[in-house]
Amino acid sequence: MSYVQSIPPHDIETHLAEHDNKSILRFMTCGSVDDGKSTLIGRLLYDAKLIFEDQLANLGRVGAPGAANGKEIDLALLLDGLEAEREQGITIDVAYRYFATSKRKFIVADTPGHEEYTRNMVTGASTADLAIILIDSRQGILQQTRRHSYIASLLGIRHVVLAVNKIDLVDFREQVFDEIVADYAVFAKELGFASVQPIPISARYGDNVISASANTPWYKGPALLEYLETVELDPTDGEKPFRFPVQLVMRPNADFRGYAGQVASGSVSVGDPVVVAKSGQRSSVKAIVTYDGNLETAAEGEAVTIVLADEVDASRGNMLVTPAARPFVADQFQAHVIWFDASPMLPGRSYILRTETDSVSATVTALKHQVNINSFLREAAKSLQMNEVGVCNFSTQTPIAFDAYKDNRATGNFIIVDRVTNATVGAGMIDFPLRRADNVHWHALEVNKGARSAMKHQRPAVLWFTGLSGSGKSTIANALDRILHARGKHTYLLDGDNVRHGLNRDLGFTEEDRVENIRRVAEVAKLMADAGLIVLVSFISPFRDERRMARELMEEGEFIEIFVDTPLDECARRDPKGLYEKALAGKIANFTGVSSPYEAPEKPELHLETVGYEPIELALRIEQFLDGRMDEK
Amino acid sequence: MSLPHLRRLEAEAIHVIREVVATFSNPVALYSIGKDSSVLLHLAMKAFYPAKPPFPFLHVDTKWKFREMIEFRDRMARELGFNLLVHVNQDGIDQGVGPFSHGSNVHTHIMKTMALRQALERYGFDAALAGARRDEEKSRAKERIFSIRNAQHGWDPKRQRPEMWKTFNTRVGKGETMRVFPLSNWTEFDIWQYILREDIPIVPLYFAARRPIVRRDGMLIMVDDERMPIGPGEEVVESLVRFRTLGCYPLTGAIESEAATVPDILREMLTVRTSERQSRLIDKDEAGAMEKKKREGYF
Repeated sequence: MSYVQSIPPHDIETHLAEHDNKSILRFMTCGSVDDGKSTLIGRLLYDAKLIFEDQLANLGRVGAPGAANGKEIDLALLLDGLEAEREQGITIDVAYRYFATSKRKFIVADTPGHEEYTRNMVTGASTADLAIILIDSRQGILQQTRRHSYIASLLGIRHVVLAVNKIDLVDFREQVFDEIVADYAVFAKELGFASVQPIPISARYGDNVISASANTPWYKGPALLEYLETVELDPTDGEKPFRFPVQLVMRPNADFRGYAGQVASGSVSVGDPVVVAKSGQRSSVKAIVTYDGNLETAAEGEAVTIVLADEVDASRGNMLVTPAARPFVADQFQAHVIWFDASPMLPGRSYILRTETDSVSATVTALKHQVNINSFLREAAKSLQMNEVGVCNFSTQTPIAFDAYKDNRATGNFIIVDRVTNATVGAGMIDFPLRRADNVHWHALEVNKGARSAMKHQRPAVLWFTGLSGSGKSTIANALDRILHARGKHTYLLDGDNVRHGLNRDLGFTEEDRVENIRRVAEVAKLMADAGLIVLVSFISPFRDERRMARELMEEGEFIEIFVDTPLDECARRDPKGLYEKALAGKIANFTGVSSPYEAPEKPELHLETVGYEPIELALRIEQFLDGRMDEK
Repeated sequence: MSLPHLRRLEAEAIHVIREVVATFSNPVALYSIGKDSSVLLHLAMKAFYPAKPPFPFLHVDTKWKFREMIEFRDRMARELGFNLLVHVNQDGIDQGVGPFSHGSNVHTHIMKTMALRQALERYGFDAALAGARRDEEKSRAKERIFSIRNAQHGWDPKRQRPEMWKTFNTRVGKGETMRVFPLSNWTEFDIWQYILREDIPIVPLYFAARRPIVRRDGMLIMVDDERMPIGPGEEVVESLVRFRTLGCYPLTGAIESEAATVPDILREMLTVRTSERQSRLIDKDEAGAMEKKKREGYF
């Protein structure tokens, strides 16, 4: 069973390869004070012959008050590495131990039982896959048992071993064990563990620690070590969506720009599309650079440098993610918080919120409720005291990128840092963004003219019909409007009728007002073009300066000046509205062509001489022109 | 498919090293020339590739290191092109402090602990990376990866910050500094396995060779230079030995061994029954010696 004995020392290469490929289980021990957590780990290491001789010899030499078990070795002293711990005979801080058996590697965090040191217990729990919760057979379930079980579940630990310890002190009675197991099952069902394995043990004497004990013939389950070696682990975060928190931007020279970080979940390969979480900018992976050569793929856990195909803005605190499943980007969210500091958490106070690589100012906008660790009930609270757990709404100064903690431990966690003392005063697990900001992703290609016109499958344009009154502008424009509409184009026709009666009804026909009239129409046309429309503007617009002004408002190539060229006498002869008659009689002031000049276009995009043509023929010529223009693009 | 063990440790360490560069303005790496420092140096070369590590490597020289260590140090700095700083406590030299004249405690305090403090203050470093591991010693097992030191460089175990996930609190107040241990979760076995896999150069003292040895207080002390006093009942014997850890030669015990290659060392480790710290005189002076030294500012 022991690591040392199980290895044939001659075949070192084979052994190393096997060793390297063993799965690793990170577990923690927790439970109330004096339940024997440190003793249990000491026993596990001792019985598995994983303790060095000089370490054992030192136990005798330390000779602290706790080492009083006659000739027995006080195994807890192997772990209680601090002077204060040895003096007081308790565990204050989390100790990490590393060991391996022939089947698996283990990192064990031995965490303190005292409520006062909850922060150290949380430290151990944050990276553990499994918790061994110790219970003193004589005491049964205590407040600390409930508390530690709750925190383990809150921190995302999915598997629990219920180690019913000191079973020797209750004469190895099955009934005691059964009662404790039943009690635990009642309250643990609310905690959502994937598995709970009860084992009766004596850490002090080794019953059911390494091998089945003859003292508990009624117990048919696995011994502790056997269970730890075989418990099925959850699939790693490698199956989750790709998340790459950017730690550093590497720019050793002008030709190289890479994003350094550790893949938090999922994997990415060269050529894969990625999105910068906060900006929504898209790019793809050009190279995955490491000291040992470029990689084709980087998976969960690997520390690499990613080079993208495009220049994007992604600094520390941002994330490269898969476009298929993006994280939340929000400045408001709800989270569960464990408070560590002697000064309470106060809503409204400004703290520093730190995720794996991001750091922002944050305030708690609402403490929704506190969670009573004993009853798991919600209770109203105005502040969170040390070692209390609450559900809070947070507001950050700038948005952060995150996932829900239940979906991703790496990208769903944060710590809270006091601005003045720099102490880590709390830990947070994000539940969800507020205001459902999850569905609103920032698009670098925000909804702009390009996006809108693409949706309409057309190129926006402003068709500016200019010409004398009665030249046929509106007739041709109307004909064209119908043609385009029939072809599924999105158009709008602006003419004197729909503008003069509303938007411009305050304007007369003085030169100033005519300039203002055109300015307003041009601005409206511009907005419509921005909306992706093909805008038909039918105005006499006699002055070159105003038409140039309108042209300059639009994008290059968007303004199409159409000179509807009909001689004055022809217009006067047609006189559809009887205006020429009045004007010529001097009854209308400033009438273009009669009492006010018309400045004919010098270089219109289209010059339509109307005499001898039907309006529909002229409209079709414009349509042809527009088709040619579409092809250009 | 989850990452193999060593690659996971490697990635975790690179992450930590990068985190230091991203969040501190004037970091340094402590370079003790030993196997852990060699691994740390190698990881730093990896972490910033294609660039070089953007911080210097500081060696606190007590002037009692093995000669081969100093040769190795200078050769590595030349070959890898990293920025090497060497600091010696000149006050200690002036007072003639040494392990034979003043004892291991005083020597270590003045030439290592005080020298380190001097160097950190002289250059104004706000973070110092080092290769310490939690499996080395049980007070180290309690220490965080990012471990804050007060203005006097002392470690206060009761003031340790909680350290969850990989979300490190890297903020320090005025005068405070950070010690950072990227190899926290590595074991001695991991180190050797990694040295083998990556073919990392190490000081030849780790390999068995015939060396002049004096047996003293149950330890095998190598006679590295003429400053070593030989007692009346003592005898210098050429012995086949190697070192599991390296420090000041008078304070570092050798072990009898035939392991002349890294695979030999790994094979030997699979049967060894003592911890590497056993060969360190300084940890044995009293119970809790390491914690005490760390409170004073020792690494």
